[in-house]
Amino acid sequence: MKKRNYNLIFGIIITTFVVILLTIGIFWTPYDPDMMNVKLRLTGPSPEHILGCDNFGRDIFSRVLKGGVSTLWISVFTVLFGLVCGVIVGAFTGYYGGVLDEVVMRLNDVLNSFPSILFSLVIVSLLGPGKKNVVIALGLLFIPSFARITRSEFSRIKNMDYVKCAKLEGVPPLRIMFVHILPNAVNTLLSTTAIGFNNAVLAEASLSFLGIGVQPPDPSLGRMLAESQTYLFSAPWYTLSAGGMIILLVLGFGLLSDGLGDIE
Amino acid sequence: MMLEVKDLVIRFHDRIGGEAVHGVSFSMAAGERLGIVGESGAGKTLTALAITRLLREDNAELLGSIRFMGHDMLNTSGKEMRKIRGKEIGFIFQDPVASLNPLMPVGPQIEEPLLLHTDLSKAEREERVLQAIRDVDLPEPEVTIRKYPHQLSGGQCQRVMIASALICHPSLLIADEPTTALDVTVQTQILKLLKRKNEEENVGILYISHDLSLVRRLCTRVIVMYNGNIVETGDVEQIFTHPKEEYTQRLIAAIPTRSKRYV
Repeated sequence: MKKRNYNLIFGIIITTFVVILLTIGIFWTPYDPDMMNVKLRLTGPSPEHILGCDNFGRDIFSRVLKGGVSTLWISVFTVLFGLVCGVIVGAFTGYYGGVLDEVVMRLNDVLNSFPSILFSLVIVSLLGPGKKNVVIALGLLFIPSFARITRSEFSRIKNMDYVKCAKLEGVPPLRIMFVHILPNAVNTLLSTTAIGFNNAVLAEASLSFLGIGVQPPDPSLGRMLAESQTYLFSAPWYTLSAGGMIILLVLGFGLLSDGLGDIE
Repeated sequence: MMLEVKDLVIRFHDRIGGEAVHGVSFSMAAGERLGIVGESGAGKTLTALAITRLLREDNAELLGSIRFMGHDMLNTSGKEMRKIRGKEIGFIFQDPVASLNPLMPVGPQIEEPLLLHTDLSKAEREERVLQAIRDVDLPEPEVTIRKYPHQLSGGQCQRVMIASALICHPSLLIADEPTTALDVTVQTQILKLLKRKNEEENVGILYISHDLSLVRRLCTRVIVMYNGNIVETGDVEQIFTHPKEEYTQRLIAAIPTRSKRYV
């Protein structure tokens, strides 16, 4: 009997749902997410406003869509930034080893030893808040984990016979690293990237929650959570919508990467 | 002489340390089929790797001299070495399946030395690859180039390796126990293929093996190594029929023969 891969099935369903929702959000939202209306202040879900309105009378559904989109973009670029830099660092240290490896990996440890929130706080306060700087701050934080995994894969694969054979054919080091070794490390890197994406979503939300991420008036899931705290009991739909979107993003992608990992 | 190795000493600087090869000297003429035999740990493979300078520089120290076609191999820069490897020296290993990149079709892998060492156009390279596949008797060249290593048998993978090692028409092919991982009938085919290539293209073959009967079938001259030293060297028939050294005699006596049955 073949066991059904429920992780994959639910992962695909949730992720597809979220992606479709957010793709719509890029081009169209039911209301202007920044349009205030005092009359609708903290009104509950209704046919006109399916997730209700916030403390300024703005449509929560529209804001969740816009906030989700900006969280998604920030996470994607953060992971790409960390992945590209991490792979380059890991490739060189893993392939060459020796002193270079020792020095760079200890620098990596230093970067890793800072609490992540503190580190991003420092960078954001140096560069100033804003989407770009959040990407840089979080991206830097993501380098060590990618570098470490790439390094271990490279130092394992570089001793394989086919890499030795490539060397004996006169293949130059850069080509060996990125044509012969990297494709063989992609499997491991893919699952790391999926986990990294989830971490990025959560990290971005935490930064915005603390007020150093996306700046008003741009909507952001993390800041919506922070603002809704005050109205937790009078308008629970506010907190639930923002938190629910974060959960859907992380859960869908987590299940998807788990399910993909289970495929033989 | 195409290859001249003089007083080659290989020393290691890692934790265990010590000298693995103690002053080995031999030479090889162009187009010659030379065998190196000896038990495991005799220094056969180390000597071969030293010729191509593939031992880790920070770890292994090479003394003596190696001259190959006018190059002083121990004083050649890494960039120069890359021009010699693959172009002038081909190399095939013990485990053909592990020697091929599992995620690359075999066509591009055979093509790689051409890409690096020649200025041929894409069409010319493809023609050479197809010809090389035909030359090593692999079936359906057009289909084979798109196959991945796991779709081929061990013997077929070794043929691919030979095709790749010989595609630039090198002067020397170093074969490090190329048939150990293959079964007996395939062994014979690979030996025949190597012999034919040697005769057709005049590529010198340095054949490393612990299997004396294979060396006897392929090589014209043989070097016997033991514990990092050359014990005896000479014409293959002379070594097999009238071995001078005691170690060689014992080695030959260890070959199982048909009169003794082990069942």
